[in-house]
Amino acid sequence: MFLADTIVALATPPGVGAIGVIRLSGSDAIRLADEVFFGKKLVDQASHTIHFGSIRDEQGQILDEVLASLFVAPRSYTGENVVEISCHGSNFILQEIIRLFLRKGARLAKPGEFTMRAFLNGRMDLTQAEAVADLIASSSEASHHLAIGQLRGGISDEIKKLRQELIDFASLIELELDFGEEDVEFANRPQLQALVQKLLRLINALLDSFQLGNAIKEGVTAVIAGRPNAGKSTLLNALLNEERAIVSEIAGTTRDTIEESLNIKGVQFRIIDTAGIREASDTIEAIGVEKTLEKIRQSAVLVYVFDVIKTQPADLEADLKQLLHDDIQLIVVPNKMDLNPYTTYEHYANPYFSEPQWTPISAINQMNIEFLKEQLYQLVVDTDTSMDAAIVSNARHYEALAKARQSLESVLTGLGGAVTSDFVAMDIRHALAYLGEITGEITTEDLLGNIFSRFCIGK
Amino acid sequence: MFPEYDVVVVGAGHAGCEAAVAAANLGSKVCLVTMNMQTIAQMSCNPAMGGVAKGQIVREIDALGGYSGIVTDHTMVQFRMLNMSKGPAMWSPRAQSDRMLFARKWRNMLEEHPNVDFWQDMVTGLVVRGGIVRGVVTGMGLEIPARAVVLTNGTFLNGIIHIGEKQLGGGRAGESAARGITEQLIELGFEAGRMKTGTPPRLDGRSLNYEAMTEQPGDENPAQFSYTDTPKLTKQLPCHITYTNDKVHEALQTGFDRSPMFNGRIQGLGPRYCPSIEDKINRFADKDRHQLFVEPEGWDTCEIYVNGFSSSLPEDVQYKALKLIPGFENAKMFRPGYAIEYDYFPPTQLELTLETRLVKNLFFAGQINGTTGYEEAACQGLIAGFNAHLAINEEAPLIIKRSEGYIGVLIDDLVNKGTQEPYRMFTSRAEYRILLRQDNADVRLTPLALKLGVRGAEERMARVQSKLGAAKAIVNYLAKQSVEPDQVNQYLEKMESSPLRQKVKLDGLLIRPNIDLAGLRAILPNLDGFLQQYEQEFVDLAEINLKYEGYIRKEQEMVDKMNRLEEVRLWEDLDYHTMPSLSSEAREKLSRMRPRTIGQASRISGISPSDISVLLVHIGR
Repeated sequence: MFLADTIVALATPPGVGAIGVIRLSGSDAIRLADEVFFGKKLVDQASHTIHFGSIRDEQGQILDEVLASLFVAPRSYTGENVVEISCHGSNFILQEIIRLFLRKGARLAKPGEFTMRAFLNGRMDLTQAEAVADLIASSSEASHHLAIGQLRGGISDEIKKLRQELIDFASLIELELDFGEEDVEFANRPQLQALVQKLLRLINALLDSFQLGNAIKEGVTAVIAGRPNAGKSTLLNALLNEERAIVSEIAGTTRDTIEESLNIKGVQFRIIDTAGIREASDTIEAIGVEKTLEKIRQSAVLVYVFDVIKTQPADLEADLKQLLHDDIQLIVVPNKMDLNPYTTYEHYANPYFSEPQWTPISAINQMNIEFLKEQLYQLVVDTDTSMDAAIVSNARHYEALAKARQSLESVLTGLGGAVTSDFVAMDIRHALAYLGEITGEITTEDLLGNIFSRFCIGK
Repeated sequence: MFPEYDVVVVGAGHAGCEAAVAAANLGSKVCLVTMNMQTIAQMSCNPAMGGVAKGQIVREIDALGGYSGIVTDHTMVQFRMLNMSKGPAMWSPRAQSDRMLFARKWRNMLEEHPNVDFWQDMVTGLVVRGGIVRGVVTGMGLEIPARAVVLTNGTFLNGIIHIGEKQLGGGRAGESAARGITEQLIELGFEAGRMKTGTPPRLDGRSLNYEAMTEQPGDENPAQFSYTDTPKLTKQLPCHITYTNDKVHEALQTGFDRSPMFNGRIQGLGPRYCPSIEDKINRFADKDRHQLFVEPEGWDTCEIYVNGFSSSLPEDVQYKALKLIPGFENAKMFRPGYAIEYDYFPPTQLELTLETRLVKNLFFAGQINGTTGYEEAACQGLIAGFNAHLAINEEAPLIIKRSEGYIGVLIDDLVNKGTQEPYRMFTSRAEYRILLRQDNADVRLTPLALKLGVRGAEERMARVQSKLGAAKAIVNYLAKQSVEPDQVNQYLEKMESSPLRQKVKLDGLLIRPNIDLAGLRAILPNLDGFLQQYEQEFVDLAEINLKYEGYIRKEQEMVDKMNRLEEVRLWEDLDYHTMPSLSSEAREKLSRMRPRTIGQASRISGISPSDISVLLVHIGR
């Protein structure tokens, strides 16, 4: 069986770092490590010990000096023998060592395979994880963890509750269908309608949150916008800590949008610097402004920058009114604070934002830039979210929810009188099945149990 | 004195008769052993076949070449298509049969079959050697050798009849119980249990006042169960509806202290959905009346069946209460209702073929598996009969998927979940109800019969082909033909559908709610002329395919999605005990039941979704 072989992979993110860790798991892990590790014989050492030594290839050439951490089965992450080798974090060294292990008979681990083995060896409880494939997909993707916290909490409990209510209704509809020839009570249609609408609201909210979750995975798009010369490009450079955008004192220097990625504590942001918003004086600039608006429409976060010297509160309010839309989160950034340190939130307050969104900076002096980064991070990540929660894949849940929404919308149409109740029942079942993919399973037996515990039926 | 038979069928009720013809129609030499040749295919309870979900099963039996549909068509006194106000998946054929004709027709059909022999005797034991069944032993001490045996003992295994405080040994009123088999099976390692069912009193129709009841006539255009050419019903008998009331309930309550249901004498669990009248008034005390159907037992008998009044109360209490029912004031009783307790074998001991896991070539069908109902019994008999033949010829078994038929749902439920009470079919048990319709049972299942080589399947398949061809031709016609606003607007208005402003294709009209082909052909002579050339059933299929295309497609998508799990095979030698991440219950159940697929595993009670994830990962998905 495939569990028998020993797998190897880089356990730390690829790229240059101070150290890189190579993980080896499987019954032969310790023996394989001993073949290339020159130091103490690992096979003779106690579990949970660390040993210094060198890794040498077949020619006896030292590839690196390393620390080997030893975990003897079953007391390891995977439940198998595990050796973790901490090397110097050069791509070349890491690749060479991994290749060495492959030549020695290890197999390159598939994505998430360590976690899968942990699961299969009973090291990990999956009662709440719906499908292992998803676990595997997500375990390679730290960013995934973030989105999930939102699902695992109250929301999934609420789906469960509403789903149960829907099951109760489904039972009533089924009862009507199977016992229509007998005198049975009928399901209250307006009540069912209200329940379906409630579910739809929840699902819509969830789908929105998943869009954000997906954004985390794909990178959150944050647009820097504001009037010309507010210091948007200066801010971009400050965030990136490099001269990416050309800055000048001439308003309208940035005519096209510039996109850069920025990693804030593991969350990938796509920061877009845009042309300033004003009455365009030439065609190219007009295109630039239009492009800005379009970018804002497509983004999850709007970083609105303004110059505290030149900007009137009314200007700020007018701009926000123009730029904001329902699906975007806002950070209001008064810039050039060094020139007017006494600028207050109260002075600029308007209905479009509140004090927590107020993030004064001086881009040119790097003042408060870290705080702005923290603000961005907070927008998308609930810090209470455990990074270790058991994971399911966003994409699958998103799809299930979207399908459930479709079915529920069809239920509503059906209840409107378009079709007979057997078709309504079908749509309810489909909705239940899709929701069940998120919360657990359903069988038709559940429906019957519901029917018979409550109703009088005689043949 | 007996040759070795291919298949011996024990019991000649609905399950036994279908089992015998199924094996015989595949070419097996069959011996049907029954305690009483006068009661072959006896309708022990109500004189009716079909109903919601059950009617679909009869159609499926017919599509597979069974005889229940044909026998019903020849012997019915009334036909109704139930649920016509609901969608086509709910349309359910139901027939009142002439009880005596029904039994006679079945016997005739069996007698006409060259592969079926009969023997009247009680089977008291099985011959089992090396874990394989070799025949049966009878009460006369004879051994009938067989390569396979199908047990369809109904309520006869250690049957006890209860009427009030009286207890009689018996498998049916006036017939004795069968002994020996249960004890032997337990010795072989089988687990047995007790179940209970009941039947209502039979009345003298001459003593009833029908004026006080509501008449329930048959359909104006009665249809049939069989897809073959069976006679059309030309005259029908009505049923009647009446209700119990407070006084009836009070009268019944006076006998509760003598009720075997309430004083603990009956141990077996009865069906919740076919409860006795005393059970109904006890459990649903807030209901002040219960509906009763007054059903004729045949063309030329005055015997009446009181559907809904099943009871095991003392006969004098039954009689006193009956006379308080409107229309029953002067009722005379032919025989009281009774409850019957009998042995069954939890069906989790079976394979999906209905073969027992413990004894090779031994099959169970019908009430012995914990089901209730003629239709449920008959379809199991059919599948057991087919598979008995296939097993001894070492051919691939016949297993109907849940997405292919109610028969598949029934057997899959029994084998994977077992049943705590007599199992009756409902449409809600089928997750793909929209696909499992009475109009398309032949389309779904006749190809399987053809593949098996069931006698007569070629002719059946030819009809399926012409039906499919016709449905396609009709759909094409409707997609091409247009109608002008003034041709249909009056009709549309009447049906509360918005009128046309320009001409449209007919199929566009047909997908509107409230609009149907019957309505359109009544106002469009050309359409009517075109449709005349086709059987109504063919037209129905075309209409359903067109009108509900979106729903059918969605349901099919669901099937395809779920079938992905059905197609993931679990190999035979999988050692579940080496999978530490499975729950211990899952390890035990999977090892014992050895499901064939992930889909089947997922339906075994006690197997959780996370267990299924474990399995999926283990087998490399």
